[in-house]
Amino acid sequence: MDFSFTSEQDQLRDTVARLVRQQYDFETRRKVAKSEAGWRPEMWAQFAELGLLGASFSEEEGGFGGGPIEAMIISEEFGKGLVVEPYLQAVIVGGNFLRLGGSAAQREEHIAGLVGGEAIFAFAYSEPKSRFDLNDVSTIAKKDGAGYTLNGHKAVVIGAPFATHLFVTARTSGAQRDKAGITVFLVPKDAKGITTRDYPTVDGLRASEVLFENVSVGADTVVGEVDNGLPLIEKVVDYAIAALCAEACGCFKILNEATITYAKQRKQFGRPIADFQVLQHRMVDMFMAAEQAISMTYMVTLKLDEADKARKLAASGAKVQIGKAGRLISQDAVQIHGGMGMTDELNVGHFFKRVTMIESQFGNTDWHLRRYTELSNG
Amino acid sequence: MNLDFAPEDVAFRQEVRTWLENDYPTELRGKFSRDEYSKEDFLLWQRTLFSRGWGAPAWPKQYGGTGWTATQRYIFQEECARAETLPIPPFGMNMLAPVLMAFASDEQKAHYLPRILNGTDFWCQGYSEPGAGSDLASLKTKAERVGDHYIINGQKTWTTLGHFADWIFVLCRTDPAARKPQEGISFILVDMKTPGVEVRPIITMDGGHEVNETWFTDVKVPVANLVGKENEGWTYAKYLLAHERTGIAGVARSKKGIERLREIASVELDQGQPIIRNPDFAKKISELEIDLSALEYTELRTLARESSGKGPGPESSILKIKGTEIQQRITELTLEAVGVYGAPYFRGFPQEGDNQLPIGPDYAHMAAPLYSNMRKTSIYGGSNEIQHNIIAKMVLGL
Repeated sequence: MDFSFTSEQDQLRDTVARLVRQQYDFETRRKVAKSEAGWRPEMWAQFAELGLLGASFSEEEGGFGGGPIEAMIISEEFGKGLVVEPYLQAVIVGGNFLRLGGSAAQREEHIAGLVGGEAIFAFAYSEPKSRFDLNDVSTIAKKDGAGYTLNGHKAVVIGAPFATHLFVTARTSGAQRDKAGITVFLVPKDAKGITTRDYPTVDGLRASEVLFENVSVGADTVVGEVDNGLPLIEKVVDYAIAALCAEACGCFKILNEATITYAKQRKQFGRPIADFQVLQHRMVDMFMAAEQAISMTYMVTLKLDEADKARKLAASGAKVQIGKAGRLISQDAVQIHGGMGMTDELNVGHFFKRVTMIESQFGNTDWHLRRYTELSNG
Repeated sequence: MNLDFAPEDVAFRQEVRTWLENDYPTELRGKFSRDEYSKEDFLLWQRTLFSRGWGAPAWPKQYGGTGWTATQRYIFQEECARAETLPIPPFGMNMLAPVLMAFASDEQKAHYLPRILNGTDFWCQGYSEPGAGSDLASLKTKAERVGDHYIINGQKTWTTLGHFADWIFVLCRTDPAARKPQEGISFILVDMKTPGVEVRPIITMDGGHEVNETWFTDVKVPVANLVGKENEGWTYAKYLLAHERTGIAGVARSKKGIERLREIASVELDQGQPIIRNPDFAKKISELEIDLSALEYTELRTLARESSGKGPGPESSILKIKGTEIQQRITELTLEAVGVYGAPYFRGFPQEGDNQLPIGPDYAHMAAPLYSNMRKTSIYGGSNEIQHNIIAKMVLGL
């Protein structure tokens, strides 16, 4: 057993941490999130230049020799800066779809673009009525000659406004909630028949509603197996959950540091409020929650390539722990900051909102608790 | 002991309900649930109530109040919540007015109370300062006596709806030589139009503008605007805070909130079924409802004690703590219920035309901002930590 990082991994962390510190200070982030574009394409280019976009893929896969641990490091550091660029969607989701399900031709065509920053992916899977269920798919892909015709509505597709391509889940057979009959397609966002409505999200990201109206795609756009896309989707989403947990750990770190610093500085009744035992214990609880979250994040990151059941248990377990920790830490951070914690001016509220959204991204605490329970008893 | 409503109370409920159905101003309908309102909206609602003779449910008759029993007040609140009326801003009605009735001069009472009652003046509160929150007595804003005037300098913060207000009641330090922080404080009424008063917005994390900073630079106020005695303001301030806490439980609004939550949970799907049928989720709503029930009967007991002549005691801290926890939990569960459509955010960004793709159900749009916004409730009105201290000290004698 070994929880240490290699010197390359330490170096990677330093690189990302420096970038966030120097170019992702809170004021800059706030401006970017409120700007019309909602991101900085030049920042994305810089990620590419620094090798971050290829850092979590092996050299054979077209990356720079890393894997999930590198993704964890980058995500955690991005979490500390509330990075708005779509690393999770484009690199973790997009990259892993290509890596785990892409044909040789698809990998050939897209991985270099992903690593170089030209190809940006978003994941169009949730639907207005699907909630968190990956198998609840009513978008239809109908066989049409050699290819398919897509029709449907995808909801809250994070990062879609910045994307060049969409990974789309669609039903090629079966009923809306069947586990079988789902297929993944990789579709250029500018394909004829796709319309989007872009909007900001509560936590400063951007998303779109995506409508598919008779979108014709070739058979070569299928990623993985026809009708048997769900196992691939679940695996990719578990990779994304691991990265999301790491991002949350970055947020927790900042929230806890900010809270402790504030409690030591803020004086009431003639002494720092950090002197009050009732607040000390709360900050200890916040600290413990963050530590447990880091532990679960390591655990899931190291189990991503285990057999399906072990991987799913790890991902759901981590997501539950992170969800609970997030509620506790974000709520208490605001509470201990008092009125200041409520303001748009201070970073705490922005971390609060991101942590709140992470709780429901890729399934909320209840959803994963149920999945965990079903897996462990089934 | 008896939990039944008397026949006259049942009739009263019907009377209120019918009146709200017919006479609640059309232009105000739906504004509360959309969280959009102006100063004029609040004043219109107050004037409407006033013209019916219901302008001040909690005031004694001699000041133009309804003279209602605690039960009637409770019924009235419940019906207003049910009809989703705008709330009545508490600053003039529930915070300042009891202080004026107890401590102000007859001239002051005769001047200010009717103007609160008939919807002329909008009040705000000048208590907290950047360095004086939980420790309110450490406030620094000072009022210097010069002839017939006070000259006020300093800064107040978290001034809720200060950008609407015509008047502000301000706690000021009038005796810099006082030995204890609680001494040498005075309670002064200030016209917001006085030169030197400046209101600067504070935008909260949900994107809304409710609170402000209020700055005082050489603000000249007639000595006649002092309430009670100079340097005795701390007594009045505490009296006000005890009254603030009773209204803060928000039982009726929380009942409505749970009802809305149930409605949303009956249409939001989870694994293809309404999420209300998910036993885990349904159980959470039940727990919340039971907590609310406990709070409701605790409030009724408090009200009964009040109507027997005793003012609100330190027990009102229970109402504040439990009431705000419930309000927060409702918004948390509502956000949970709406699922992925909790994420889109509209405030401050241009809404586009109707021919665009819809972005989820309307009820989902405010779920996350409300969840964020309601975190304030365990901070304001004396943080919940301070309320615990009050109970520990004043009730348990620890």
